[in-house]
Amino acid sequence: MTSALYDTPGPRARRRILLGSIVGGALIAAALAWVLLTFSRQGLFDANRWDIFSDTVVWEFLGRGLLNTLRAAAVAAVLACLVAAVVAALRLSSSRIVRAIGRVYVEIFRGLPVLLLIFFPTVLWTSVTPFMAAVIGLTVYNSAIIAEILRSGINTLPRGQREAGLAIGLTPLATLRLVELPQAVRIMMPSLVSQVVVLLKDTSLAFIVTYPELLRTMNNLRDYYGSRYIFSVFFVGAAMYIAVNAILSITANRLAKRDNTKTAGRVTSAGTADN
Amino acid sequence: MAVWDAREQLLTGFGITLRLTLVAAVAALVLGTVLGAMRVSPIPPLRWLGTAYVELVRNTPLTLVFFFMVFVAPRLDIILEFRTSAYIALSVYTAAFVCEAVRSGINSVSTGQAEAARAVGMTFGQNLRLVVLPQAMRSVIPTLVNIFVALTKNSSVAAGFFVGELFGLGRTLAIRNPAEGVAMLCGVAVLYLIITIPSGVLAERLERKVAIAR
Amino acid sequence: MRRSKLMSVVAGVGLALTLAACGGDGDGGDSVAEVEETEFDAGTTMARLQEEGSITIGTKFDQPLFGLKAPSGDPEGFDVEMGKLIAAKLGIAPGDIEWVETVSENRETYIEDGRVDLVIATYTINDERKQLVDFAGPYFNAGQMIMVLEGSDVESVEDLEARGGSVCTARGSTPQQNIEENYPGITVEAAAAYGDCLEPLRNNQVDAVTTDNVILSGYVDQNDGEFKLVGDPFTEEPYGIGLKKGDDEFRNFINDVIEESYENGEWEAAWEKTAGTVLDLPEEFPTVDRY
Repeated sequence: MTSALYDTPGPRARRRILLGSIVGGALIAAALAWVLLTFSRQGLFDANRWDIFSDTVVWEFLGRGLLNTLRAAAVAAVLACLVAAVVAALRLSSSRIVRAIGRVYVEIFRGLPVLLLIFFPTVLWTSVTPFMAAVIGLTVYNSAIIAEILRSGINTLPRGQREAGLAIGLTPLATLRLVELPQAVRIMMPSLVSQVVVLLKDTSLAFIVTYPELLRTMNNLRDYYGSRYIFSVFFVGAAMYIAVNAILSITANRLAKRDNTKTAGRVTSAGTADN
Repeated sequence: MAVWDAREQLLTGFGITLRLTLVAAVAALVLGTVLGAMRVSPIPPLRWLGTAYVELVRNTPLTLVFFFMVFVAPRLDIILEFRTSAYIALSVYTAAFVCEAVRSGINSVSTGQAEAARAVGMTFGQNLRLVVLPQAMRSVIPTLVNIFVALTKNSSVAAGFFVGELFGLGRTLAIRNPAEGVAMLCGVAVLYLIITIPSGVLAERLERKVAIAR
Repeated sequence: MRRSKLMSVVAGVGLALTLAACGGDGDGGDSVAEVEETEFDAGTTMARLQEEGSITIGTKFDQPLFGLKAPSGDPEGFDVEMGKLIAAKLGIAPGDIEWVETVSENRETYIEDGRVDLVIATYTINDERKQLVDFAGPYFNAGQMIMVLEGSDVESVEDLEARGGSVCTARGSTPQQNIEENYPGITVEAAAAYGDCLEPLRNNQVDAVTTDNVILSGYVDQNDGEFKLVGDPFTEEPYGIGLKKGDDEFRNFINDVIEESYENGEWEAAWEKTAGTVLDLPEEFPTVDRY
């Protein structure tokens, strides 16, 4: 492997890098060993902290929690994309007032914590279900972010695309819908997928409205079996979250790397700055 | 109680949110830059550690990072005040995103710069510190501002972990005064927007400026 | 090609999840009372519920011994048993009860909006709440207490205040408000839920945990030898059954059911099955308040 940042190492530098690798590796290994030893000294690996996991009921319960997480994320992701397309259209409108409306929507909702947006519906309409509150909060927030992603995707398209659409007699809205948006989605696919990962992670904030997603399921297990299981439940739950998100992230990277020749614009591989 | 009567409590919460955000922003910037340097360093274990850190943290919900700091870390004899735990959780989480921004910034600096630095005999550390990073940072400033905005919003998660920041206090106020609930939360929203909207506008401006400078 | 492989992996994971989700729902468990068929006057809530053959009851999902969601998906506890008892008198089997999670903030609105027929959720009767909803009962008298580490020498809540100690409780809860108003010398650390307070207590990050004594007893029992309750209860928390304001017939009916359960041993059976595994049987039954 070569890098522009440092010379191809000579024999002496190679020795030093080797030494650094050994010392660095040893330090990392030592830190890891210390963590594991301390956990084990505190009895975190004792059987009486893990025995609940031999019961399939516990796994089914966690499975349902994960399913609820995925369900809220999926519904919110689809709705957010639809709303985002509308908001992006507003922001690209020829009317100054319509543009302003789109801008206000984006500025307000991308500037608020998701936690607040999930909690807000329960105060506004007391009859909202936890699932609805979670979906509304996630949709409103992410639609503002995704609208901006779509808009910047459309802005990177060559002007000719729009002009060609108009030239063959399409209305500006039809041009947007049939010519620009499909290409913008392709161009921004990597950013869109990373935003969906963010959305999936944010479902864990629905604990505030008691939606029984994975994190709340973990807390429920702790309450039911007793708090000595807090650690084992944490490790299992964290592994489930990381696994699901990693699958999604890997998909995002594949999409980013795939040669994309079907658009007129350039495919950006940068992730979203939002986290 | 009307929103105006609750202003003192809301402003206290706002102050705590601001402090959480600023402290975590500085810590995350330092940690994230170090991690970014590790990811391009010539020493393989450092590169692996940097990559592992970013991949692990990016795929973990912030709530779980908080959960670890507050409930699991004490078993490593790391017992901290709740607010300190919040600072660390936010910094650790945000650092992963700073690291990615810094790394993409480093990659965007033309190779000629780094090669020129090597040609005049600079080591990896000097090259990074004196030539590449200053240019990289310049191009990633808009991204960093956006990360700061996200951090401001993320600090609300601390409310679920013993820290009574803006959202947590506002929620309590809304629960205790159901008639004023919507108004209380709107007050909270306005205070968040006071930080996030100007920052967002700043990021946009900087983005344009950087784009022109290139 | 590569894409379709990925899709099949995703589909496989989805299928596994669906299968996992299907095995969950139990039948709601048994009630201590027999399901009865009674005639109710037409137009009453009782007649409607009997006709529908189902009832929606709001309860807590995170309170040990009273209302706690089990991994099977159904809640368990004394409140849940009370609900099954009332349902039985309406001719509704335990499996036909729909349990809805209610939290302290939404109990009144859930009743007002008709989202639930009843709320049985460690629900303290007080005048403020009576303006919005009606209460049957009380069927149990609890009181707020403090829980400390087994080795602690804190003797009471006053003692804790004199030492300038700290206490953990749920953010926005009534116990939090009680402490802030009556024991201002105590620092309150507000958690997202009571269950979050135990680790900080173990790690000496707080000196005590406070909420109703019965809930704390559940924690003492779950973690044998680690915690203890100290002092006397410093509030009175008569638990009532919340229902729609003005539905006096329904309220009288439930009050009848509660009093009947005192006499025919069903209350005791429900108690022994749940909270009674940890707590002593109360010396006397609370007097039902037919206001």
